[in-house]
Amino acid sequence: MSDHLFTTQTLQVDEHTIEEMRHHIRRYLIVGVALAIGTGLTVWASLINFGSYEINIAVALAIASGKGFLVAGFFMHLISEKKMIYAVLSFTAFFFAGLMFLTVWSMAHNNIIQIR
Amino acid sequence: MEIPYAVKPRPDTGLYNAKIGIWLFLASEVMLFGALFCSYILLRVNAPEGTWPHHWLNIWMGMTNTIVLIFSSVTVVLGWASLKMGEFGRYKVCQGITLLCALVFLSIKSFEYHDKFIHYQVNLKDGRVFDGHLQKAESTPDKFVFKGRYIDKPEELYNPPLERAEEPPVTIAKSDIKVDPVTKQPMMENYGPWHNTYLAIYFTLTGLHALHVIAGCIVIFAIWGPLARVWEQDPERYINRVEVSGLFWHFVDLVWIFLFPVLYLL
Amino acid sequence: MKTFTDNGLLSQTLAPRHEEPGFWRKYIFSTDHKVIGVQYGITSLMFLFLGLCLMSVMRWQLAYPGHGVPIIGPILYHLLGESMVSKAGVISPDLYNAFGAMHGTIMVFLAVVPLAFGAFGNFVMPLQIGAPDMAFPRLNMVSYQLYFVGGILMLASFFIPGGAAKSGWTSYSPLATIADMNLRPNGQTFWIIAMVFLISSSLLGSVNFITTIIQLRAKGLSWMRLPFFVWAQLVTAFLLLLAFPPLEAAAVLQLMDNLLRTSFFLPTGLVVSGQVLHVSGGGSPLLWQHLFWFLAHPEVYVLILPGMGIVTEVLANNTRKPIWGYRSMVYSVMTIGFLSFIVWAHHMYLTGMGVRIATFFQTTTMMISIPSVIILTALLISLWGASIRINTPMLFALGFLPMFGIGGLTGLPLGFNASDIHLHDTYYVIAHFHYIVAPGTIFALFAGIYYWYPKITGRMMNEFWGKVHFTLSFVFMNLTFMPMFIQGMAGMSRRMYDGGATYQASDGVVGLSPDTIHLNVGISHAVWLLGLSQLPFIINFFWSINRGGKVTSDNPWDATTLEWQTPTPPPHGNFDKPMEVFRGPYEYSVPGQSRDFTPQNEPEQPASATHGNTVRS
Repeated sequence: MSDHLFTTQTLQVDEHTIEEMRHHIRRYLIVGVALAIGTGLTVWASLINFGSYEINIAVALAIASGKGFLVAGFFMHLISEKKMIYAVLSFTAFFFAGLMFLTVWSMAHNNIIQIR
Repeated sequence: MEIPYAVKPRPDTGLYNAKIGIWLFLASEVMLFGALFCSYILLRVNAPEGTWPHHWLNIWMGMTNTIVLIFSSVTVVLGWASLKMGEFGRYKVCQGITLLCALVFLSIKSFEYHDKFIHYQVNLKDGRVFDGHLQKAESTPDKFVFKGRYIDKPEELYNPPLERAEEPPVTIAKSDIKVDPVTKQPMMENYGPWHNTYLAIYFTLTGLHALHVIAGCIVIFAIWGPLARVWEQDPERYINRVEVSGLFWHFVDLVWIFLFPVLYLL
Repeated sequence: MKTFTDNGLLSQTLAPRHEEPGFWRKYIFSTDHKVIGVQYGITSLMFLFLGLCLMSVMRWQLAYPGHGVPIIGPILYHLLGESMVSKAGVISPDLYNAFGAMHGTIMVFLAVVPLAFGAFGNFVMPLQIGAPDMAFPRLNMVSYQLYFVGGILMLASFFIPGGAAKSGWTSYSPLATIADMNLRPNGQTFWIIAMVFLISSSLLGSVNFITTIIQLRAKGLSWMRLPFFVWAQLVTAFLLLLAFPPLEAAAVLQLMDNLLRTSFFLPTGLVVSGQVLHVSGGGSPLLWQHLFWFLAHPEVYVLILPGMGIVTEVLANNTRKPIWGYRSMVYSVMTIGFLSFIVWAHHMYLTGMGVRIATFFQTTTMMISIPSVIILTALLISLWGASIRINTPMLFALGFLPMFGIGGLTGLPLGFNASDIHLHDTYYVIAHFHYIVAPGTIFALFAGIYYWYPKITGRMMNEFWGKVHFTLSFVFMNLTFMPMFIQGMAGMSRRMYDGGATYQASDGVVGLSPDTIHLNVGISHAVWLLGLSQLPFIINFFWSINRGGKVTSDNPWDATTLEWQTPTPPPHGNFDKPMEVFRGPYEYSVPGQSRDFTPQNEPEQPASATHGNTVRS
């Protein structure tokens, strides 16, 4: 049993940390603005008639993915995260893709055996 | 007995326990929402031509909610950054704004849900179909007052025009409504999850998302309010908790970033 | 000295506990992984027994359709009522289906996985990696409590109007929605809600396991020095983490179909009892199947991997040799985990999928058999040239090998699309998966119980009755399941409450031969004798707690892994000082050493010639 007694621990903050954080804060604000612009862009793009629905879907998902990348990369610090986390997430991404793609492929109309 | 690496990161992985824990949990949440998105795709692809609804949701409310959540994501990460710089007061303000944004989001969402529950599709005995919002205050058990319009073609139900003129109230007597031969009830159904699969998946996706918003709210509030004294005793542990709850909040925002175009725009 | 009031939220991590906890905190609301492991163990063993009882009643119906069940029949009549059981004690088809669905559900989700993962994983894994506890002890306690609530809900469902869920453990729509449609809530509702609790319990558990294994390994315990048991638990935890959520999503959708009249899985124009169902339609029953099997396939690997881990530990210990091909086994278990996510539709070959997609799943299914064979082969080769020590754990571990071999190999005709057309949904399938789980995993779990019992209780289980338990179980397991292959190949379908009597062949009619049907009688008797064979185990288990032979050392099996380097039973915090590891997990019979085993944490120095006990440095 550890005899670690509970004492008040003060946070050591040095100038270096504060300088770093100010730089990060600017980044967060820029990303925030980008996300807001992206949202407006999404709505605007959805009102344009590109000809086929598929293109609208592709555009909307592309913009959403871009916004998602910004949130994940900068707000969630994924851009500078450790290898272990990347490993967990890459497996997840692979299985997520598998679930989506394989299920949709199985149930696509041209893949279902028609019984006359 | 102390659990190692609860606060200080483990040298070879560079991570503290809760950070791995939350990312693992978020990975499982990706699979959860992924399965629901997969269901959405399949339900939509397999729907007969022309029967998948568009523009049944108010785009401006959805867009407002998106901006509100993005804003709250910014304040959450600013709150964490303030703590890293030792500025507790600023953290309190930022996180307070986050919580307010969450409440705004939930309020708008409740209003949207309510709107759907008072939106009826009425099948009349003379064969016409009426689509509109029930005005409860002016209705009686025998005469319903709606604000809406008569539908000429079935396609109009699934693709209502974006711009609609102000609709005058219409009174429909209960006796004019067709009765369903099987259930013996008048054929007027509101736009709940039972009405069609689009609404079903809409309510499920946004409902589950809203539950996550509420859960995130509770956790952030608990750390911000009652548990704030941990900041005095063990600042690094407190910062870790704020970071971990922030990661969950960003994920909730991330899911909405995909939900909004998929449900509201496409 | 600052102390804080123990409000449960902060105390665990902030204030050291000075007073001894009371009964409730120590045994019921404990956050100690060992207590939680024992809680999981006892609860899951009770469910295992209940699952066996359900099947025993069903087997009467299969052997003697139309005859009342002796003794149990009248009891069920009084408990469950006229609609479920006749006065003479004859099980109704509905009750048969309910027992069948619940047998599967209880065995998979309430018995085997909680025992293999929740009990053994919780108790042994932190000890084997030299950790003081799990990374998130309070989360661990919540995991058990969620499991417990799920279990209670499942049990309660037997006694509500309409009885328990009766649409198979697979809960296929639309049957799952339209069965007992007029009763709300019904057994199916309880089933779904209980599943949500169980899935949540698993998810929190897997987060805990993975974080613990990554972060709390002792100094010097690198990845390739981990006991195979830990690797197996790690991969299992990943399977549970990523495969369960789609089922949780699907369960919510099916619950909405049942309670809110949505149509996620109900097709348009569904006619029930002559009337079109009053729902919106537009859904797809196949969507449920995809989401269900996306979990349920990785789930079967969850059922087997911890067992393989246990068998590896017991084999290494009783062959007094390192495991052959440890590295291959590690890579194989990781490959199994990975591939298990992309094979699921081999459970759906007969749903009308196109040829290309069926071929894809057939290919991945064939691929996944390779790492499984590698693991089994490595374990078999580990026996070569070994000085085998026969004791009860070793008997069960040795018995596991051919039984898992049979189970695995009989999966191949099911994995091939073409042969599966004949075998799908027949008794062949039942025989295949039971061989893997029953004389496979359950034997491994028995091995684990006999093996780790002395560490938990400080006493050995009785060796003679252990051998009796093994011999009888081995014989009756085979007598139960081997004939089912024959029945399946003859075309006997699953889930027939009269054992196929309706389809019995007669002159000029193609059907099941009387011999095939008659096998039911032999199988049923084997099941009942299998049940009786568990009595020596149950008695031994409880009797030995206070009367078993006391161990003379903390390491009675002379094992190398870290869980044997603690006091017996291990105290709160496990190790009195941080462990440091210097070698791999199976250093048995190393040339030049005076003892035939070297514990992982023994420092590098000439081996002490004094005694075989743990040398505390």
